[in-house]
Amino acid sequence: MSALTQGTATPRGGPSTRRSVTDVVARVAMWSAFFLACVPLVWILGSTILKGGHMLLDSGWWTNSQNGITARRVGGGAAHAIQGTLIQAVVTAAISVPIGVLTAIYLVEYGRGPVARLVSFMVDILTGIPSIVAALFIYALWVTTFGFQRVPFAVTLALAMLMIPTIVRSTEEMLKLVPKDYREASYALGVPKWRTIVKVVLPTAFSGIVTGILLGLARVMGETAPLIILGPYAKSISHNLFDGLMGTLPTMINQDRAESLQPAVDRVWGAALTLILLIFLLNLAGRLVSRFSTVRA
Amino acid sequence: MTTSTAPRPVRTTDQVRTGRVGDRIFGGAATGAGLLVVALVALVGIFLVIQAVPALLSNEANFLTSRVWNPGGSHPEFGIVDLLWATVVTSIIALAVAVPLGVAVALFITQYSPTWLARPAAAIIDLLAAVPSIVYGFWGLTIAGQYVDPVASWIGDTFGWIPFLADAGISGKSTLFFAGLILAVMVLPIITAISREVFAQVPAAHKEGALALGATHWEMIRTAVLPFGKPGVISASMLGLGRALGETLAVMILLSGLNDGSPWNWSIFNGGATFASKIALNAAEFDTPTKTGAYISAGLVLFILTFLVNAAARIVIERRKAFTE
Repeated sequence: MSALTQGTATPRGGPSTRRSVTDVVARVAMWSAFFLACVPLVWILGSTILKGGHMLLDSGWWTNSQNGITARRVGGGAAHAIQGTLIQAVVTAAISVPIGVLTAIYLVEYGRGPVARLVSFMVDILTGIPSIVAALFIYALWVTTFGFQRVPFAVTLALAMLMIPTIVRSTEEMLKLVPKDYREASYALGVPKWRTIVKVVLPTAFSGIVTGILLGLARVMGETAPLIILGPYAKSISHNLFDGLMGTLPTMINQDRAESLQPAVDRVWGAALTLILLIFLLNLAGRLVSRFSTVRA
Repeated sequence: MTTSTAPRPVRTTDQVRTGRVGDRIFGGAATGAGLLVVALVALVGIFLVIQAVPALLSNEANFLTSRVWNPGGSHPEFGIVDLLWATVVTSIIALAVAVPLGVAVALFITQYSPTWLARPAAAIIDLLAAVPSIVYGFWGLTIAGQYVDPVASWIGDTFGWIPFLADAGISGKSTLFFAGLILAVMVLPIITAISREVFAQVPAAHKEGALALGATHWEMIRTAVLPFGKPGVISASMLGLGRALGETLAVMILLSGLNDGSPWNWSIFNGGATFASKIALNAAEFDTPTKTGAYISAGLVLFILTFLVNAAARIVIERRKAFTE
């Protein structure tokens, strides 16, 4: 494209000086906009790695909890928070994947007319719901209405609300990409619609759906607002979703973020780096899976 | 959409018999999931309203016009003026920075970047969305925030006579201005991703037509790419706005709260609290129904705001679809 531009820019009676200057100015502006946009990312990653990197090199970081450690003391790890974050992520996925995938199947394979449009519209609205509103809703339901305690499971409900729409949208895209011929061939063989979807459509779209799930997980893993409202921090390792408190990486950051003592500050940066790494790994895995899928399709 | 004609041929009597139960169950489950999503959004609204109403009824101040936030005690008083102001100001600042920048980056990726750079560049901008809100907040407060004061005081010295830009005596990193800038970084990937998508869809014929008429590269973009992408950019901005309105942690960490009864200040260099940050900051205070109800009413207003913004974005996208298909 740029070669073409230069081609048109040179002939006799080409653009006036003012027009060429504007063109160059625009080109420079676009390049600088891109580099400007890269600054925050590089800066955040750089400072997080510089300030938190050494924490992750200590093997205790991955195996110990903060049980019995005060802000003043060096030591302890983030095992409780890492495990908490992973457990909640898995449960969130277990809740939202079936609902999200089925909703996408409805939208692509079954839904017609005003009902389908309403569902699609509501998926968009759900995409835009702030995490704090989802958390307040679950609070109003779980704590105020049902009278339950704030437990980690309530957090996963709020996170699932945020994850469902991303799964619906990505799965929908993938299902639409499955060629119509596949379905028709299956119908022609006398296979019922539901078996066609389960045996032909879903397997074809499988890797794309997995990508959507991984990216959806990456999105909710860093959410902190639902944790603050529904899942208070705990320093010790807990695997119980229905009783007591469970530490997570975001709440570990939140807990000590106002501390000025160096050991605590180090741990905040360490937790931030661990969280970013987890999310980046999920993103990377999602992209790799999707690349794998385009090769196959 | 894709199979509207397909199922019919297979519905012989035989097939109906063997496939019917499975089809009913599976189709029912899919439909149920879809309706569950609809119910979920409706329930959010209903539950928030149910819990907000008793608190609103016992509220002794005007919810929409009062600046007081004192929901505890036997004479609860709470109003949303300050929250609304901080939410809107930070979001506007975020959009004012992120929309031009996001559009420029999207133009760079789709129209200017060398082919080898386009994919990595897009991935880099997408990674901005992978940094958690709380990390943005902590980074803003401890690292980036220290560079705001010189900028803020320069603006205050030069343009301080404009009420919006007057110095409010608050550290630069705790102002609405800086919170807005951090929000701008956070919504940038959304705006870039959607703008990028529409800019990439501009028909080659439009672009080549412009170039054939002697347009420079920039003139081609101005006359062919931007008009085509305009609805996409508008809906991208609205989705970004929706995100900025509800962003919680970064804003909560950065903004310094105002003292009770502090005089009204128009300045963007003032502190404050947004709906989301106020709710999150006081999560430990949900002890009495009225107090909880007060925060839930604030959440309800935020829900309505984001609902309207997202619905508007959706309508713009739908119109564009109707236009291009």
